Amino acid sequence: MTSLDILFASVGLITAASAVLAVTTHQLVHAALWLVVTLGTLAGCYLVLGAELVALVQLLIYVGAVVVLVLFALMLTRAPMGRSPEHTSSGAQRIAAAVLGAGTTALLGSVLLPALGGELLTARVGDTKAIATQLFGSWVWPFELLSLLLLVALVAALAVSRMPATTEGEPVSLVPATSTEGESE
Amino acid sequence: MIHLWLPLSLVCILAGVGAYGVMARRNAVLVLIGVELILNSANLLFVTMGSVRGDALQTGYVLTLFLITIAAAEIGVALAVVLALFRSRGNIDLSEPGA
Repeated sequence: MTSLDILFASVGLITAASAVLAVTTHQLVHAALWLVVTLGTLAGCYLVLGAELVALVQLLIYVGAVVVLVLFALMLTRAPMGRSPEHTSSGAQRIAAAVLGAGTTALLGSVLLPALGGELLTARVGDTKAIATQLFGSWVWPFELLSLLLLVALVAALAVSRMPATTEGEPVSLVPATSTEGESE
Repeated sequence: MIHLWLPLSLVCILAGVGAYGVMARRNAVLVLIGVELILNSANLLFVTMGSVRGDALQTGYVLTLFLITIAAAEIGVALAVVLALFRSRGNIDLSEPGA
């Protein structure tokens, strides 16, 4: 065990534990807050692996933007504060999900670990300049396409959230349409 | 020097936990949290491989940046759909049959 091994193991343990808490907690807002811990410590993992630019982008976009979006969505859908037993699924469904999740872990592990698990990784530091050169050189067209994708996603999110709430034939919504009309903007 | 089985085990654990979250949760926003965990396990695999097999194009790191951008676009559209669902049904409980 090298010192970087111990560093990665300690950060990774926090990541795994908070990920488990994020999917098992019964309080909706706590799930989003445990997601903050998971994504933040994952940025720490990237730092240990020597990818400081990716770690900073992870902090900016995931912890800064995505989690705020999730919290806003919880707020706008009137997520109850405190424990909400009506949102917990049945025991059989949870057991089936746990078996499938463990199966996913075992399947991925049985492929990845024998193939690559024995190798040693020499963490490199300070190649942000090389990444930037490649990003705006070889990868510039995919990069521009991504900016187009973001624009399309923005317009699509606006269009979906401004769609009329009910059409004929659908049941009347439980919430008056006028009270939720302004929230989506 | 890092032994590679450490990040790879974290990749497997995050993917499994995310799959559990997608299948066990009833609230649509909490299902999206599971999707985010799966996406992040893919990101960690990209970064790990980018650090091990560093090539001239920096493929691992650049693709991670692209994937983070795509995930941001995805969560924006997905949350707009969830809000539209809430407005038309009054709840976002995925275990209830659709209207």
